[in-house]
Amino acid sequence: MTRNQRTASFGGLIVLLMVGLGFASVPLYRVFCQVTGLNGTPQTAANAPGGVGDKITVAFDSNVSPKLPWTFKPERRADTIDIGARDMAFYTATNNADHPVTGTATFNVTPARVGKYFTKIECFCFTEQTLAPGETVRMPVTFFVDPKILSDPDTRDVQEITLSYTFYPVDSGENAS
Amino acid sequence: MTDTAITPDAFEAHHDHAHESHAEHKPGFFARWFMSTNHKDIGTLYLIFAIVAGIIGGAISGLMRFELAQPGIQYLGTWASMLHGGAESLDQSLHLWNVLITAHGLIMVFFMVMPAMIGGFGNWFVPIMIGAPDMAFPRMNNISFWLLIPAFTLLLASPFFGAGAGTGWTVYAPLSTYGEPGPSVDMAILALHLAGASSILGAINFITTIFNMRAPGMTLHKMPLFVWSVLITAFLLLLALPVLAAAITMLLTDRNFGTTFFDPAGGGNPVLYQHLFWFFGHPEVYIMILPGFGMISQIVATFSRKPVFGYLGMAYAMVAIGVVGFVVWAHHMFTTGLPVDVKMYFTAATMIIAVPTGIKIFSWIATMWGGSISFKTPMVWAIGFIFMFTVGGVTGVVLANGGIDDYMQDTYYVVAHFHYVLSLGAVFSLFAGFYYWFPKMSGKMYNEFLGQLHFWVFFIGVNVLFFPMHFLGLQGMPRRIPDYTPQYEYWNGIATHGYEIMAAGMAIFFINLIWSLAAGKKAPDNPWGEGATTLEWTLSSPPPFHQFETLPKVD
Repeated sequence: MTRNQRTASFGGLIVLLMVGLGFASVPLYRVFCQVTGLNGTPQTAANAPGGVGDKITVAFDSNVSPKLPWTFKPERRADTIDIGARDMAFYTATNNADHPVTGTATFNVTPARVGKYFTKIECFCFTEQTLAPGETVRMPVTFFVDPKILSDPDTRDVQEITLSYTFYPVDSGENAS
Repeated sequence: MTDTAITPDAFEAHHDHAHESHAEHKPGFFARWFMSTNHKDIGTLYLIFAIVAGIIGGAISGLMRFELAQPGIQYLGTWASMLHGGAESLDQSLHLWNVLITAHGLIMVFFMVMPAMIGGFGNWFVPIMIGAPDMAFPRMNNISFWLLIPAFTLLLASPFFGAGAGTGWTVYAPLSTYGEPGPSVDMAILALHLAGASSILGAINFITTIFNMRAPGMTLHKMPLFVWSVLITAFLLLLALPVLAAAITMLLTDRNFGTTFFDPAGGGNPVLYQHLFWFFGHPEVYIMILPGFGMISQIVATFSRKPVFGYLGMAYAMVAIGVVGFVVWAHHMFTTGLPVDVKMYFTAATMIIAVPTGIKIFSWIATMWGGSISFKTPMVWAIGFIFMFTVGGVTGVVLANGGIDDYMQDTYYVVAHFHYVLSLGAVFSLFAGFYYWFPKMSGKMYNEFLGQLHFWVFFIGVNVLFFPMHFLGLQGMPRRIPDYTPQYEYWNGIATHGYEIMAAGMAIFFINLIWSLAAGKKAPDNPWGEGATTLEWTLSSPPPFHQFETLPKVD
């Protein structure tokens, strides 16, 4: 290998590395959001630590992709709960189509900065949901608000958190065209 | 630029009247221009390409300015029905607007500024300035240029296959994924792929040439600043463009093969596309300006008859701009819901770039200070550059503030800012470089009066064109919209008149270009006198087809 070829190969290596980094950023960004709560990504845990006495309001929001023939609504607009205590909320979903449809929900919380303090224990959004024609189901979510929210100067003024879901059809390959 | 003293007997300048040597053996027309491996010929091809693309991109901005001269939609409907047939519809008109702004942005960035700066002047003068006979990989150089032709063709043809790509030059998802079906956007994305591949190959070529082919004695710290600027630009290209390639490849598969990289329905995230795009996009703005910095350094030193003030500081200021340029990208995304700490970081990091940039501005002025300045055409363009780029830099520091940007995002203030650094910064440096090296490249002197006239008409034109956009932006006029409330009419009308003045300036440029090529005085080897110390001025004008068959020695 001549000196020029060596230098050029080194350049080519940088290019390959950066292309790889570009694609690797997809899983890396997801993990980064999950770990840091960026973009209002909620955390998960097995148990709630128990109430610490302070209250916070959690509002429930629901959205459905136009491509999914479902009705999807929270049962209550909002709960006022103890920070640190486990709470359970219900959404109801109805399949308005004449055939079974499978959907999956994406989720986040606003304000985005409380993502790292909003922790889910169980959620219908962790798995895909299949509804028979005309079927209506109640979908539970159990969660708690981490008491650390009170000691973080960026979040201790937060009095209401909005938990939002958007349901999409699982077969999303049609979106491209 | 250093004091590059050259031992005159180490090599000999080849003159036209010298006998036909091997250095002058040129292939026939087709082989010379279509199969070229000569860095000067490829540089010329790049410059011609950039001028053609600049005319097209500039004409598109003219269409936009005429539509914006008054509130309401005047011409778009007519143009849209000319393009696609059928009756005028508002949707079609508005989409045509998006197509125009997209084409203007992509053409000016990828097919005008980059080919002219790096492909044109870089190819012409990097090998000569370091005392090399040619680029390291002459055939790869050929491919780099010819990849641009299909890329540009794809982009220009895209409005005729479907509705046209109206995604903006940023090609943000989801508008670019399921917002605009049809082949147009695919063609525009492929055009970006090809232009990117061309630039990556060119970057590898420049890095290899500059690292391995410097003449004896030409150490890194003696290289002219223009060579430094191209070296740093090449590294930025190498690190930034592959990320764009990855991002737009994901766009293509999202569009055509059912992946969901940027589609939340499948677990993707459209904001990720913005991160990837701007990880490329911010270094890209330095890619467009750094070679200009290099040219301005050469020109200011030449016409002040002094070596550049603080040579090493100038070189490493560019290195610093290149390095810091990679860690400020999210200042383009302040309104995407970033946490306040992240916004604080990106605000501070962005402002830090003002330090090395300030070093450069200061050093150019210090170079002129006490110098024996002659205000030839290249020098007035260079001084115009320093002034205009500083204005754009100052509005950049304003926009760097995350809190202020929440108000300014997507207003004409941003448009004014980036046209002051690009349309008045990069373009002024291109004209400065063009007038500076035109005698060397063509062997003919340009017309000094027309050059000065071009400068003053163009300078007044672009300022009348772009300065009112600051006011419009502060009043809240959004960018990328063809219609506006009548309260914005006054300054928009003035801006359109500015475009007309600028276009008159361009007419003077082309008259000068044609006149000089046809009837210009013969250029001496060094028309600029003792201030011009770099190696290209030791050669004949134009240089021999093959220069430096005996390598020059640099003390």
